[in-house]
Parts: sequence; C-alpha cells; structure tokens
Amino acid sequence: MPQPLFAFLAALAIIAAFGTILQRNLIHCVLGFALVLIDLGVLYMGLGAVTVGFLQIIVYVGAIMVLFLFVIWLLNVQADAGVRGGGLGLKLLGAIGAAALAAELFTIFFNAPKLREVRTIAPDFGSVATLARVLFSQYLVAFETTSLLLLAAIVGAIALARRLVGQTARIAPPAPRSAAAETPPRREVA
Amino acid sequence: MSHFTLSAVNFSWLPILPLGAIALGAMAIMLIGPGVDDEDSAGLGVIALITLLVAFVFALFTLGENTLAFGGSLVTDDYAGFFEIVIVIAAALTVAMSLDYVADEGMAGAEYYSLILFAAFGMMLMAAAGDLIIIFIGLETMSLAVYALAGFMRRDPRSNEAALKYFVLGAFSTGFLLYGIALVYGATGTISLAAIRAALSARMAANPLLLLGLGMMLIGFGFKVAAVPFHMWTPDAYEGAPTPVTAFMAVGVKLAAFAGFMRVFMVNLGPVSAQWTMVLWVVAALSMTVGNLAALVQQSLKRMLAYSAIAHAGYLLLGMAASPQPLAGGAMLYYLIGYSFTNLGAFAVVIAVERKGSGGANLRDFQGLARARPGLAVAMALFMLSLMGVPPLAGFVGKFYLFSAALSAGLVWLVIIAALNSAISVYYYARVIVAMYAQEESAAPARIVARPGLILSVIAGVAGTILVGLYPQPWIGAASSAYASALGRPNAKVAANYR
Repeated sequence: MPQPLFAFLAALAIIAAFGTILQRNLIHCVLGFALVLIDLGVLYMGLGAVTVGFLQIIVYVGAIMVLFLFVIWLLNVQADAGVRGGGLGLKLLGAIGAAALAAELFTIFFNAPKLREVRTIAPDFGSVATLARVLFSQYLVAFETTSLLLLAAIVGAIALARRLVGQTARIAPPAPRSAAAETPPRREVA
Repeated sequence: MSHFTLSAVNFSWLPILPLGAIALGAMAIMLIGPGVDDEDSAGLGVIALITLLVAFVFALFTLGENTLAFGGSLVTDDYAGFFEIVIVIAAALTVAMSLDYVADEGMAGAEYYSLILFAAFGMMLMAAAGDLIIIFIGLETMSLAVYALAGFMRRDPRSNEAALKYFVLGAFSTGFLLYGIALVYGATGTISLAAIRAALSARMAANPLLLLGLGMMLIGFGFKVAAVPFHMWTPDAYEGAPTPVTAFMAVGVKLAAFAGFMRVFMVNLGPVSAQWTMVLWVVAALSMTVGNLAALVQQSLKRMLAYSAIAHAGYLLLGMAASPQPLAGGAMLYYLIGYSFTNLGAFAVVIAVERKGSGGANLRDFQGLARARPGLAVAMALFMLSLMGVPPLAGFVGKFYLFSAALSAGLVWLVIIAALNSAISVYYYARVIVAMYAQEESAAPARIVARPGLILSVIAGVAGTILVGLYPQPWIGAASSAYASALGRPNAKVAANYR
C-alpha cells in the first residue's frame, strides 16, 4: 500500500470518528460511523487481508449499521434530543475508559517488537480460496449446522410473529386507528 | 497455517445419520405444514415420531463405534450414542404428550413439531461435539428453538413473558459461554476438545487466561442446567411455557446441557479439575438448598417441578464436583436416565389434569384424583416417590450411586448437605400425594380425558421409573461404559489434525 494513500485513509478514519461523536443529529453520527468502518475495511484490503476487508464492510456496514438505523427509526428518536445526557459521573467514567484504552494501545505499540517485525507470509494467506478450503473441510460440520441454526431461528421467529388467526389476542389491544394514523406510537425502551 | 486438503477430512456417514434424519424430518414437517390445519396437527406429530424412531435406530447403530468424523468435529463414541438415544426418547415422549395439547390450545402445529425436532438436533449435536464450536452451535440451535417454543401460547401473557425472559437471559449467558470459549482458545491455541485435553495434560499451571475462560464457560453451562445462582429464569420460564415444552425444557435441555458440560469439563478439562471442582462444590450446595427450599411453598405444579429441577441439577453437580473419581460420570448418566423418565411422566400427568387454557395445574387440581382417576394418581405418586428418592425406584438408585461416588471422592460434607436436602424435598413431593389420596375433590373437577399420546407418555414414564430402579445393573453398566468411552478416546490423532 502506498504511503500517501495510507496517510489519507488514516486521516479520513480519524476525521470520520470525530464526526461520529461530535454530530448533533443521530443519523449523521451513524453515517459517520459507517464511514469509519468502510475506511477500515479499505485499509485491511490495502494490507493484503482482502477477505477480512470485505467481511468488515458486509457485516458491519451492511448488517450492523442498518440495524442501528432501524432502531433509531423505530424508536423515533428526534434529532438533537436525548444525545447530550449523562452527568459528570458518566463523563468521568467515559474519560477513564478512554484513557485506559489509549494507555493499553500505547503500551502494546511500544513494548511489542514483534508487531514491528516485517514477516513474509504465504501469498494466499487470508485469501477467499484459503478461507473456503478450511471452511469446507475442517469446519464443514460447523458451517452446515450453522445454516440449520439459522433455519430454526427463522421458523421460531415466524411462528411467534405471524398474525394470529381466529379470535383476537387478549394482550395488546389494537390502538385507535385515527390516533395511530397521525403519530406513530412511540415505543418505550425497557 | 497448514495447508488443508479435502482428502484429509474423513467423510464417514455413520455419525451424522441420526442428526441428518432429525434435520430432514424437521424440514419435511415445515414443507408439509402449510397444508395442514392447526386443529389437525396431530398428523404432523406422528411424522415427528417416525423421524425420531428412525434417528433412534441410527443412533443404536453408532453404538460400539469409536471414531472421529469430519476432522474431529464430531465424535462417535458410546457417550454420544447414549445421550442421543436418551434425547430421542425424551423428544418422542414430548411429541406424544403434545399431540392433543397443541391442537386443543390452537398452537401452530407445523412450527411446533419442526422446532421440537430442531431443538433435538441441537441437543444431539452437543452430545456428539468434538470441538467447542460444535458445542456452541448445538447449544444455540437448541436454545433458539426452545426460546420460541416457550412463547407458543401467544394469547397467554405468561407464555410471552416466559419466552422473552428465557431469550434475554439465555442470550446473555451464551455470551459468557462464547467469551469463555474464546479465552480457552487463547490459552491453549485450539478449539478441539481432545487437543485441549492433550495440551492441558502436557503443561498446565494456573494460567489466568485459562481460568477466566473456565469460569465464563461454567457460567454459560450453569445457566443451561439451571444451577443456582444462574437459575433466575427457571420458574417463570417453566411456568409460562406450554406444559409439554416445560417437560422438554426440564428433561431434554438438561440432558443436552449436561452432555456438553460433562464432555467439556469432566472429560477434557479433567487435567485441571482441581481448578474448578471447588466452584462446583459451592454451586451444587446452593442449587440443592435453594431449589428445595423454594419448592416448599409453591402451589403451581409447574413451578414446583421447576424448583425441583433446580434441586436435581444440584444433585447432578455433586457428581461433577466429585469429578476425579471415575465412578462419578457413570453415576451421573444413570441418574439422568431415571430423572428423564420420572420427570416426563410427571409432566404428562400435569397435562392430563390441567384445565384447558389455564396454562398449568395447581395443587388443588390434584385433590381427590385418586378417586376420579386411580391410574393417573398411582402413576403420579410413583413419580413423586422416585423424585424423593424412595427405594426401589430410579430416583433412589440414582442418588445412591451419585452419593457413594461423591463419598469415595471425599466430599463428605456435600453428601451430608445433599442427604438433608433429600429429606426436605419429601415434604413438597408428599404434598401432591396427600392431595390426591387424602383430600376431597375440589369444587370444579379438571378436564381429564384419556388421550392415547398422553397415556403412552405416562406408561413410558412409569415403566422407565420402575425398570431403571428395580434392575439397575444393565443401565448402570451402559452408563459407565458410555462414560468410559468418552474418557478413553485416543487423543493424539485428533490433536494432530488441529495443528
């Protein structure tokens, strides 16, 4: 990976990370976070870990970020509301956590000569082909049974979520239609 | 990273035949299901029964084999075969007692029976797991299916509460298990159980990473077997779930959880047993005491049996605390057979007595049962006596083997606590017998209709409780040799496979 490109991507990641925590609008925060994750994915690919890079983008941006957006949308969080909360104690706790993480990272960075060693690895290391070979030989049973796990989860979810036929449910009586049409019901977070 | 070739994987079909049969059956029911009305779902239950019968036969064929399949992911030994057979029987009896219940309560039949089979699939996977990933996938398949099953009475708020509580706390505990697996992988460099055992026997001091991993895995398993202090979900989930599902949770989930728990801790973490037996000592004592004391004041039979299940998990953990003693594993497997038959039978009687739509039977519903239905009353009395531990029933012989194994491991105080707890438990089990035989019938008699599936389950429970207790020799022999086959597996070959 060329040095200037790395510098550009690294700077972009830091700027996007600041954007994530400094934006007022929650949607903008999530988009900033998505940019950080995409940026990291590109960095991985530049370092030769193509599969990890793609997985990073597919899993984090494709699945988890979309879930974030869904939750924000479902909870109907207003922009610029409920984001600023947290007393002095919470801020102190956050500062301590951030300081601990930074200290940990610096310690690892300066005390681990192995990390700075340049080692050559097999050219196909981390490639999709290598991953597939392991996945479909050594971990074949795990791979196939995971699909059954997902199937069981889908069947269970459908069984619990599908419309009840016959008599109406005793729980959760339908809300009055006129009110529901104007303002979507705001759900409580337990 | 070594280079894997496809030929390195041993494609032996035998170990996956029981699992494959169950998975295919579950999918077949899903595909046929949409054409069947919920009122006629008993036919789907019969398909599930046939599937389980096929799996049972396949599991019998795996007995006597001692192989590793799929690069060590699956183990075919008598230990796996033993658990697969008992789990299949438990699932079959659950289906039998569900046949009319599911149709009567208007539950979605196709999803119900396929989820029972998916749960059984996960349970059997846990029993046959050769590495920690398979244990985790099996546990999750079972758990996700049972979470959904617990909420199948969708019009009953208690059922919804049960499903949600079980799901949230269950997902939390699975997180612990997974974190523990990751830490153990970090400490030993492998996820293969046999390779972990080999690594631990070779060199192992108190590595903090390993100990942290062990602790977290212990929490994850402790939740699934409903041991104190990880039992909070149990009474509500057991009470709210449809009664056949409660039976399946009390028996099937416990069987599978102990299958995984024992395989991971007693068999493959045996070299470091000094590090975890003390913790299990405390957990066992707490489970027995809290379970039995809380059961004393319950009016609902399902809640009472839930606390009783916690107490019995405590007795079984007594066997795990005695782990270095080789007799303990066989005694635990024997105990599990008796426990399964007795509990399945007891829950079948609860279903028979329970009022439609009430979601469970109270102690009052059992009043005067001896006059109204003498057969059911005798069966229930038998189950209660077995759970108390009265000779010559299965519960007594199981406790006898367990306690003597613990005594020979030197756990005198824990056995004294267990004996005291057995004495306490007599009170609440006897209350059911007193209600049936010595009290007048309540004002509104419950619906008690003889249904073939239900009667079959009760008879199977009675037969198991008596036979396992009266003729313990063949059963304890099978249990001991099953446990021995798990212990005596050649390690070097698998360990090499995972490097």
